[in-house]
Amino acid sequence: MKFEHQQAAHCESGVISNLMRHHGVPMTESMALGLSSALSFAYLPFIKLSGLPLISYRMPPKAIIKGLLAPMAARFRFETFRSPEAGAQRLDALLADGQLVGLQTSVYWLPYFPPNMRFHFNAHNLLVYGKDGDDYLISDPVFEEPVRCASADLSRARFAKGVLAPKGLMYYPQAIERKTVDAASVTKAIRKTVRNMLAPVPIVGVRGMRMLANRMQKLSPSDPRSVDFIGHVVRMQEEIGTGGAGFRFIYAGFLQEAAQLLDKPQLQQMSERLIVIGDGWRAFALKAARMVKGREPVDPAALADRLREQAQQEEAFFRDLKAAVA
Amino acid sequence: MDLDAVPQEGNATLDGHAKLMYARDAQGRVVTTRSRGWEAEEIVTSHAVDVLVEQAKAARERVARGLASPLEYWMYERRMDVALLSQTSGFWQWRVRRHLQPKHFAALPEKHLARYSEALGLPVSTLQGLP
Repeated sequence: MKFEHQQAAHCESGVISNLMRHHGVPMTESMALGLSSALSFAYLPFIKLSGLPLISYRMPPKAIIKGLLAPMAARFRFETFRSPEAGAQRLDALLADGQLVGLQTSVYWLPYFPPNMRFHFNAHNLLVYGKDGDDYLISDPVFEEPVRCASADLSRARFAKGVLAPKGLMYYPQAIERKTVDAASVTKAIRKTVRNMLAPVPIVGVRGMRMLANRMQKLSPSDPRSVDFIGHVVRMQEEIGTGGAGFRFIYAGFLQEAAQLLDKPQLQQMSERLIVIGDGWRAFALKAARMVKGREPVDPAALADRLREQAQQEEAFFRDLKAAVA
Repeated sequence: MDLDAVPQEGNATLDGHAKLMYARDAQGRVVTTRSRGWEAEEIVTSHAVDVLVEQAKAARERVARGLASPLEYWMYERRMDVALLSQTSGFWQWRVRRHLQPKHFAALPEKHLARYSEALGLPVSTLQGLP
């Protein structure tokens, strides 16, 4: 199969934009993120990863793919399997048929990841574009070049258990009726993101940030587990699934594209404002990391204040964004 | 973030890989560029790895002193905890905890050992001892 790999900042938006491009739809990663209204924030204390709460800066897994179905008038097939054997057979059959297949996998069981990046995180996405002997040919969008993975390893990664278990999930398009992005879907997608970020639910959007700030405020500076918690917040922001600042910068790219598409120069200004907010997230991450490393005294209250400041700025930002597309 | 502020700090946890990042160029446009990694990421990732390595090390000593079964060492070595090993192996958490005790682990039948072996991706013979 002739397939062109392109690196992306985030796995799911990268997989779907590469897949769309393969099927003749010019789609950037930032357009995929924006058009699917996947930018978000959620603090989910009842879902634990190694005993620490899940903090998400985007909508749940599959939201980016599913969010593109309506605007592109597309139909995708999603399949999960009871047994790894059935999953492998189906994947091989599709590849033999010339299909480009998206998979959800664990990160831990993929041997091509650097050892220190291999954690039990189950919502990674990648594309399989062929098989060579026992190796699958993989376009993992967070890597610079295509990679290979032995079938036994890929099978383990696809059928990993635990939180967000992929159950061998694979997906591929059955039809993509629309080949270009229209202005109406972009406006609709922006409105939806605004709604998510300003949602009247305590754990979602800017209110979720404030709730996380309150949780952080309560950490004891002397308890070693506080450092684990702080490090975890930054990892969820920066490392696992790209996270906070990363997503803000990608969304800024989307707003820039939207400014042209909708012919609304004020969206260009909103894009620049979001870059400043993204910088604020990075400053927060750096300060937190310095505390983890012991270069600065551990001060959860100071971090909580910064989080509240981010929430404040994002609240104002999304209110103005709402007005800009009204 | 401006293009020239994109970190190129050679984050060791990336193992030589580069990430794609979005930043603002001199004309104010958002563009993509490659980053060799950032200090903040390296710190928090190494911290998370270190916590797991420490847990495995402590477990290893407990096993050597006869206070824990080798399963506890291998669980941490595979970057898991009781909750995850329970989800992966299908044993209730209280049973996993029980099997972390040497006495109960030693009495495990073949088929239970096989479930742990499958969950951890290690042969049974490896599970029964320390490396």
